[in-house]
Amino acid sequence: MNWLATIWAEARRGPALALLWVLAAALVAWVFVTGSYLIAVLHFAAIYVVFVTGLNIFMGFAGQVSFGHNAFAAISGYTSAVLTATYGWPPVPAAALGIAGALVCALVVGYPTLRLRGHYLAMATLAFGLIAYEVAVQWQSVTQGYMGISGIPPFGIGWLTIGSDRAILLWLIGVAALGMFAAAAIRHSRLGRAFVAIAGSEDAARALGIDVARYKLAAFLVSAFYAALAGSLFVHAVGFVSPEVFGLHMVVLAFTMLYVGGIGTIAGAALGALAVALLPETVRRFSEYQDLAYGALLIVILIYAPGGLAALSRIGRTKSPEAGA
Amino acid sequence: MSLLRLDAVTRRFGGLVALDAVTLDIAPGGVTAIIGPNGAGKTTLFNVISGFTAPSHGSVHFAGEAITGLAPQMIAARGLVRTFQLVQLFENLTVLENVQVGRHLHTSGGLLSALTPFRGRAIEVDVEQRARELLRKAGLEAQADALAGVLPYGQKRLLEIARALATEPKLLLLDEPAAGLSHVETARLSDLIRAVAASGVTVLLIEHDMSFVMTIADRVTVLDFGKLIATGAPREVQQDPDVIAAYLGSTEASHA
Repeated sequence: MNWLATIWAEARRGPALALLWVLAAALVAWVFVTGSYLIAVLHFAAIYVVFVTGLNIFMGFAGQVSFGHNAFAAISGYTSAVLTATYGWPPVPAAALGIAGALVCALVVGYPTLRLRGHYLAMATLAFGLIAYEVAVQWQSVTQGYMGISGIPPFGIGWLTIGSDRAILLWLIGVAALGMFAAAAIRHSRLGRAFVAIAGSEDAARALGIDVARYKLAAFLVSAFYAALAGSLFVHAVGFVSPEVFGLHMVVLAFTMLYVGGIGTIAGAALGALAVALLPETVRRFSEYQDLAYGALLIVILIYAPGGLAALSRIGRTKSPEAGA
Repeated sequence: MSLLRLDAVTRRFGGLVALDAVTLDIAPGGVTAIIGPNGAGKTTLFNVISGFTAPSHGSVHFAGEAITGLAPQMIAARGLVRTFQLVQLFENLTVLENVQVGRHLHTSGGLLSALTPFRGRAIEVDVEQRARELLRKAGLEAQADALAGVLPYGQKRLLEIARALATEPKLLLLDEPAAGLSHVETARLSDLIRAVAASGVTVLLIEHDMSFVMTIADRVTVLDFGKLIATGAPREVQQDPDVIAAYLGSTEASHA
């Protein structure tokens, strides 16, 4: 089993990481049993686990940069919202169409831009993310602008509805876990090895017969799928969507999670999402300055702990200071 | 029939002629060394052959097929694989994974087989076995699980060759494989290259270390200022007055 190999490879690096997993599981169990107000925070965290796990495939595995993955979440989130709340579709086909639409957009945007290197790609994705936000604001007849769309039904098939807070939590954690297993399986497959090879050396990858442009596009599409999935999960879990939900803030938040957790690792994406999602609870009174706080946190981590939480396991080990996945 | 043939290959960079109408034939089998002073155009020649640089004029044929201007990955797929003067490893991957990446061309499967592990299991087992076998040949089996980035320099060079061999090339291009190696490491490298050649892979290498070239090469080709000035057995080339002049500056100097 590929994903077992990946998880084992990460776990055996040290007990500190295992301890974090136990803490995370304990928190989830406690919140589930007591029904604490934190349950909404965990909903949010699980959705971001999906988003960040996908971003990690593009940025951590393939070594590319995207500031625009919020656009894919916006496309599928709004498609889900409009089709269900405005046109009365059931959630599953609405979300499926939204994700498919996001993937088509990813293909159209990714095909030309992924031939660009470094800064150009980052700038192109940033522009794409900003465009998606502006469309959500301006296309009032469909998106209702800043007002947003409310009354989005929860996920479900037929009579089976995932409506209660606890059911939604289980559902989101299940999806997030599947997303992590899939990412772990990808990492230790031919596809994943091509991704990480591109991050290591594009020239060497080419010399070994890897079509770099094609695999960059593949990584982009896979991560866009995760982002789109997260977008649909969000609107059906929260029942409301507005442009701010999928704005540039989403990118800042996801980057912070990715680096807090440890870019390139499966555990890092998940633990980072949980840790950063819990942060606003401690700094709630400063909510006006949240992005400022995230930005500062990101800078501190990049300077002093570039390996993130996942690198905790390597404390006390001299070898391999810059391990990847 | 030649395995690799260059016809009047010229490459200019602005006003500089890095390669000047180079015509070269490499027969299958054996080890051919390309030597020449710094700036003679050796690396440009490798870049043109492997598709990293397009020639300004001329054509490159490999195994009877024109490969002029093809992308590097297309050329690699035809069995022509290179290493780099500055070692290009995937430093964040383990030693074993580096070689596993080299199996890319001989395996198939994308997202679907990644997500259905049972289907690709036999292939993955085979990829790992072959990779470990290559590491054993290169003397790196003990380091299989170490990150490639932490290997000492000499072992990085050996790993890069092992990784290239994982693609099962017909022609292996080595760009200064002995540069920066100790005597012990150079001896180890010689053994590896000899074993590779004995297994039927044609080897073409660029080298500065003349004693290394004399021991390992069956044929030597000399490049100077972008032109081929001599080709032959190592001993013949060593006696060639043009070659001596190219290395020492002038024929007078060679008599001094």
